[in-house]
Amino acid sequence: MNFKFCVYFRTVEPLEYYRRFLKENCRPDGRELGEFRTTTVNVGSITTADGSALVKLGNTTVICGIKAEFAEPPAESNNKGYIVPNVDLPPLCSSRFRPGPPGEEAQAASQFIADVIENSEIIMKEDLCIAHGKLAWVLYCDFICLDYDGNILDACTFALLAALKNVQLPKVTINEETGLAEVDLKQTNPLNIRKHPVATSFAVFDDTILIVDPTAEEEELATGTVTIVMDEEGRLCSVHKPGGSGLTAAKLQDCITRAITRHKEVKKLIDKVIKSIKPK
Amino acid sequence: MVEGGLPDSRLGGVHNLGPSSPGQQGLPIPDSWGVEFGEPPGTWGRSCVDPAPPRSWKFLPGSAPGQKLGRQGWVLPCAVLVPQDTSVLAGPVRAGPKRSCWGALSSSRLSWPPSLLPPGVFEKNREQLIRKTCEAVILGTLHPRTSISIVLQVISDAGALLACCLNAACMGLMDAGLPMKSLFCGVTCALDSTGAITLDPTAKQEKEARAVLTFAISSMERQVLMCTSKGTCSVEELQQCIAAAQRASGAIFQFYRDSVRRKYSKT
Repeated sequence: MNFKFCVYFRTVEPLEYYRRFLKENCRPDGRELGEFRTTTVNVGSITTADGSALVKLGNTTVICGIKAEFAEPPAESNNKGYIVPNVDLPPLCSSRFRPGPPGEEAQAASQFIADVIENSEIIMKEDLCIAHGKLAWVLYCDFICLDYDGNILDACTFALLAALKNVQLPKVTINEETGLAEVDLKQTNPLNIRKHPVATSFAVFDDTILIVDPTAEEEELATGTVTIVMDEEGRLCSVHKPGGSGLTAAKLQDCITRAITRHKEVKKLIDKVIKSIKPK
Repeated sequence: MVEGGLPDSRLGGVHNLGPSSPGQQGLPIPDSWGVEFGEPPGTWGRSCVDPAPPRSWKFLPGSAPGQKLGRQGWVLPCAVLVPQDTSVLAGPVRAGPKRSCWGALSSSRLSWPPSLLPPGVFEKNREQLIRKTCEAVILGTLHPRTSISIVLQVISDAGALLACCLNAACMGLMDAGLPMKSLFCGVTCALDSTGAITLDPTAKQEKEARAVLTFAISSMERQVLMCTSKGTCSVEELQQCIAAAQRASGAIFQFYRDSVRRKYSKT
């Protein structure tokens, strides 16, 4: 086929263009239907943050920075700290986002990350408590998307996991006389990461075909999306299917199977990265 | 591959309260979907003089059929779905012109005004779930340059709120007469520490549950349109919950049919 014709066809009839590829069980960028884009992780790049990670899924780039601050524990459970995620999709990453207050997609992503943290119990909030009823850590996890090319949820979850593994919290002692906290920056401890949740997103095409790791273009053409978050014990931390075309239980099972394999891939990658960081 | 329906014995503890009629044997029903219209009980339901009918439903269709509101659009009738204690008022479902939309696109806007606080991230997430579910079933291409706004007012919350909102939204859309691909219903499953499934949990049961899953099941082949989970569960438990929800959806769709039949039998 003439190359120029392909380009025009892709612009004028994107769905038909995609259907031609899907019939051959592949996608325009050459991937199989169940294949992920190249995933790269860079940990500890932001030195001013207590923990940071940059994740690239193909072109989608998300950077997560974690800052730890002090706060009083909540009244109803005075031995717990806080983890506050916030996903920011600035106009920098894609022309679809306008400057101003966070749009619906950013808010939904923030809520998704908050749910993942709570459901998977990646960190026990009790571990963040310094002194019962008086002082606790609050971890502000800020995700900034630098390049939006679809599949933001997977990238954010991965960035969260990598950044939390990178966090080093200084030792805090409460001075008996003054009642103030004394921070010892030389003695730092990493967080106790109990579970490793990994998200796998799928897009549903024409109500039947499931493709993994959709790009921005594929997400626009898709009739629905599903995100499955699994931890290492094979338990489902979150099944997030916000509307879209219906799926049978069997199709969901296929998604879960793919999510299990993806978890192994991601776990291997993250272990390699963390091991490669030389202790300062 | 997981097989389609599971035999009842393996559902292990689907609470089967309420009278089951001879025609419905073996079908696990959620906490009695009673139809409360001030009439003696029929296939489902408890007597309306029962002092505390659990989880009984009311369907109060809007009084006026689609009223024209000038050239701007139509204010269409609303539906109130009131399961006992958790009540959601849906409507008016309003179709109006949308300038920013071009081509065969129709978006739906959902507002969920909570009582005291301005809508936060949690409410926005819930709105997105309900909106995307509605968008999947509404035949938007028949109404280009139109926006459909669904207003859900939470009157009281006693558990299973999202499922209730989904049901109210669907009945509102049905009542408004908007063309849809299929109907959908919301079902909440709570998994407790032993793995027993409770459908349509109360707020207390939800709090004590290990995991709470909410599904939107479509009437076409009982497909899962929307799924949200809170807490962890195993893969088998998820499949069991889906199967239980698909069975329960049959009861809810029957309720839709009965309500609509009732509405049109009076006029």
